[in-house]
Amino acid sequence: MKVIDELLSKLPFATTGLKDKTYTVSVPKENLYEAASFLKKNDKLSFDFLMDVVGMDYGDNLGVIYYLSATQYPSYIIALKTATDDREDPQIDSISDLWESAGLYEREVHDFFGIRFVNNQDMRRLFLRQDWNGYPLRKDYDTNPELNPIPLCNEDLNDMENMPVIEMVVGEKQDNVHKLFDAEEYIVNFGPQHPATHGVLHLRVSLEGEMIKKVDPNFGYIHRGIEKMSEAYTYPQILHLTDRLDYLSGTINRHGTCLAVEKGLELDVPERAHYIRTIIDELTRVASHLLGWGCMAMDMGSITAFVYGMRDREKIMDIFEETCGGRLMANYSVIGGVMNDIHPNFQKRVKEFIPYMRKMLKEHHLLFTGNPIARDRMEGVGYLSKEQAISLGATGPTGRASGWSNDVRKIEPYAAYRHADFKEVLRSDGLTFDRYIIRLDEIEESLKIIEQLIDNIPGGAYAAKTKAIIKLPEGEFHQRVEGARGEFDVYINSKGDKSPYRIKFRSPCMTLVNTLKSIAVGTKVADLIMLGGSLDYVVPCIDR
Amino acid sequence: MFHFEVVTQWIDRFLRTYLQGGWALFIEFVLIGVVVLTAYAVLALILIYVERKVCAFFQCRIGPNRVGPFGVFQSVADMIKILLKELIKIDRVDPRLFRLAAYLVIIASICTFGAIPFDKGLHAVDFNIGVFYLLAVSSLGVVGILLAGWASNNKYTMIGAMRSGAQLISYELSCGLALMTIVMLSGSMQLSVIVEQQSYAWNIFRGGIPAIIAFVIYLIAGHAETNRGPFDLPEAESELTAGYHTEYSGIQFGFFYLAEYLNMFIIAAIATTLFLGGWMPLHIPGWDGFNEVMDYIPPVLWFFAKSFICVFLALWVRWTMPRLRIDQLLNLEWKILMPISLLNIILMAIWVIWII
Amino acid sequence: MEVKNISIKNMKYEDFKENEYLEEYVKELKANGVNIAIAKLDDLINWGRSNSVWPLTFATSCCGIEFMCLGAARYDFARFGWEVTRNSPRQADVIFCCGTIVHKMAPVLKRLYDQMAEPKYVMAFGSCAISGGPFKSSYHTVMGVDQIIPVDVYIPGCPPRPDAMIYGMMQLSRKIKMQEFFKLPKQPHPIENNEPVETGHALSLPTETTKGGDQ
Repeated sequence: MKVIDELLSKLPFATTGLKDKTYTVSVPKENLYEAASFLKKNDKLSFDFLMDVVGMDYGDNLGVIYYLSATQYPSYIIALKTATDDREDPQIDSISDLWESAGLYEREVHDFFGIRFVNNQDMRRLFLRQDWNGYPLRKDYDTNPELNPIPLCNEDLNDMENMPVIEMVVGEKQDNVHKLFDAEEYIVNFGPQHPATHGVLHLRVSLEGEMIKKVDPNFGYIHRGIEKMSEAYTYPQILHLTDRLDYLSGTINRHGTCLAVEKGLELDVPERAHYIRTIIDELTRVASHLLGWGCMAMDMGSITAFVYGMRDREKIMDIFEETCGGRLMANYSVIGGVMNDIHPNFQKRVKEFIPYMRKMLKEHHLLFTGNPIARDRMEGVGYLSKEQAISLGATGPTGRASGWSNDVRKIEPYAAYRHADFKEVLRSDGLTFDRYIIRLDEIEESLKIIEQLIDNIPGGAYAAKTKAIIKLPEGEFHQRVEGARGEFDVYINSKGDKSPYRIKFRSPCMTLVNTLKSIAVGTKVADLIMLGGSLDYVVPCIDR
Repeated sequence: MFHFEVVTQWIDRFLRTYLQGGWALFIEFVLIGVVVLTAYAVLALILIYVERKVCAFFQCRIGPNRVGPFGVFQSVADMIKILLKELIKIDRVDPRLFRLAAYLVIIASICTFGAIPFDKGLHAVDFNIGVFYLLAVSSLGVVGILLAGWASNNKYTMIGAMRSGAQLISYELSCGLALMTIVMLSGSMQLSVIVEQQSYAWNIFRGGIPAIIAFVIYLIAGHAETNRGPFDLPEAESELTAGYHTEYSGIQFGFFYLAEYLNMFIIAAIATTLFLGGWMPLHIPGWDGFNEVMDYIPPVLWFFAKSFICVFLALWVRWTMPRLRIDQLLNLEWKILMPISLLNIILMAIWVIWII
Repeated sequence: MEVKNISIKNMKYEDFKENEYLEEYVKELKANGVNIAIAKLDDLINWGRSNSVWPLTFATSCCGIEFMCLGAARYDFARFGWEVTRNSPRQADVIFCCGTIVHKMAPVLKRLYDQMAEPKYVMAFGSCAISGGPFKSSYHTVMGVDQIIPVDVYIPGCPPRPDAMIYGMMQLSRKIKMQEFFKLPKQPHPIENNEPVETGHALSLPTETTKGGDQ
């Protein structure tokens, strides 16, 4: 694109390349901050959305790739690359003051690769315990279990509260330690085992009476190291792990990973497979939103609503079970298509489900949306502005509730979405109620998509033929799909082998939890739980 | 009409023929104690079973149906289990206060339960200040809850107890004011007198609009006093794990559990006694034949039927509404229920002076 | 559809019907006669205990969703009286390990187990909790919860269906029925190295920081 070309030409130190809508910009690490702030703050086209930060171990040197996108032209991506050859004490300038989401991403890279970011105000490890030995995603990581035995004691509070910082003070680098909380603050732990944290999230909350002063999320209680494991697995094996990332939109994650591999193989996927995948994705989305709706209602104390949501979700599980064989883990998409053809009953049952669900949606509105207590609690609480949503990278329904149009199905229609006519549900207020109602509206849109596709599934093969051993050609492949909670990205770096050199999944939920830090301040304890429900994050998706 | 008076008076006469007055009284006290405690426990088990079945009904489920026919022995099994659970000694708590709290809650609940007139003569004590006594004793439970929260040495219980304190003290006001309107109407605080007065028209009909308003306010405020959803902030499951009784295990937790259900019944029973005629059958002045038929139904049944309708209302609300937030809760009381109650008292005064 | 003649090596078809070995074993043990009063009391107690197993709401990942399904309308574990899920470990009888347990979570799980009141039971739900499952080759996964806490019933699957879970819970009920309550060991921890986890740190149930009572 012309504007982007012009912009990039103003970065003299950068080497650039272009491959279908993705610009690759490599800069030396000294110029990284300059380049990033130019891309963010120029007056022509501001790259205001930081999609993801990928840490890399190239062997000799450690690198970081920043994926940037502009909300004005969301289908164009800039991959800003930098590297450092110091493996002992790698340091790179932080960009956490440009994008609010960057701070957390940098902590993740620090945790996995040991790169320290200068001026990032919080350089604790993100997933692993602070006393963990080694940086697991480095290629020379020692996996000897004796180095890191199963701990028998809980993590020390001091470790959790002391934030090591490397910062520039009067032109000179200094190692400091900042304290997260003051000594006299009243701190309550929500989690890791807590009924309303949607998994094993650990929120440390500083309270003043019932008012929340500060929230500090702690991750890693379900960090399984999927990215490291994937580096030893073949591509078809990796697919099984993707289902278990965000298990509520498992088929969508798997679909995204399949698309990324197919992009690399330049494989022609039969149209029938595209249609089936799309329908299954949308069914997953409906199921996920139903569960999200139910859980939010349960967080607010209405258990009956939760049971109603689960009851309707079971209908989708039945359809899955017949066609895919699994209930929660469908394991359905494979590289080149889908695993098996659809069940003869599939179309009939989906067509029965659509009117049923429409009827039940009315009941859901009647039970919960119209309830004066629920309305009063949701309205006017948890405001997230559009700018903040973009800066925090809060994609998916959360971003759309703030008016940010970020639906990947519209930006870059993949699979059979280009054949379907649907609208992207947008709301403008960015309040809890918007985040709540947008999910129910999206269920209706999903039903519309399914309705259009279900009768038009073309004939032919359900999967393309692939080789027995799938080897991806050398290069980098990036694929975006719209998960139930936001944008799910897959980044694959291949060296031409049967397993990836590095694979990275963008977790939509991590940025969602990060929004809690800003929107929960000033609300009450009960609101914190409700906000968590409205953001609808899934913790294993964050921890990977 | 068959009244339990016959039975109780027979026992009294029987004892007095064989024993001296003091001893007879002593045996009567023991008997009453045993009966109240047994009734308390049995009623709690029934209520737990009813709640589980009703909840299942609202949620398109079946509910307990494996333990005994239709699962009726489910709560019995639960009680056996809970009696045998370990009582955990918790590090760094005040053990005396910690134990006292559980007993306070259940004692307050039993004391209130004892003062309810189930039938003519089936009434442990008949004070001339019955309503006052009910209000006074039932609000003792909040002390137990506050102590439980404080003594557990845990932040969740602390928040739960503080919420509970704010909630119960606020709602006690409208609760009391609503009952006061009925006291104004009947001119007595003695429960038996209040019930007898309703033989031809229950207070809710006799008292007209102010009585209906008082009834609705009493149901809301009373429901809030039982700490059950949507007013279950003190033990808000999704926020404070189990609220003020987070650290309690075994039968100490069982006390809280029982008291919760019995308080629900007590609120319903007080509503029945003061507003719905207590054990009085439904009588309509002038319809003698109808009244005759109604009299054949024993008054105890009338009492329990009316109470269980009120209990069902409470369950219905609990399983439909989401939980209130603390500021909504206090706004509801201080900005809505309180002013209405105060106005309602004036309205009742007008009603009593000019209309009746 | 009737299942016909499944043939698995070393296992007869009849074996699939019912595994009554537990009951038979107990019968054999009691053949010489037991004290009738204690035996009857034991029966009553075990009837109560086995029919009232309150689970702790504890789930780390995918299996937790199936646990939620179990509580919802279709599978409805309330039928067996298990629907009183307690959020406080002090009041729960059984802990479901739904999902992967990782190194960072291991002390938390152990502490939760320590916080539960006796008699307590553990069910390993899903292949991650049994052996590490699909994440066996990971650097951060605990290879089965039985490395940290003793397990009573294992339910395989990834994730197991709610039906499997009901079956597992019924096995637990059977196991409880077989126990003699008056002879239960005081600390039934078959694992060595069983010091309770230090209290007062940053975990779900903070017990230290409010200054209550006699401090």
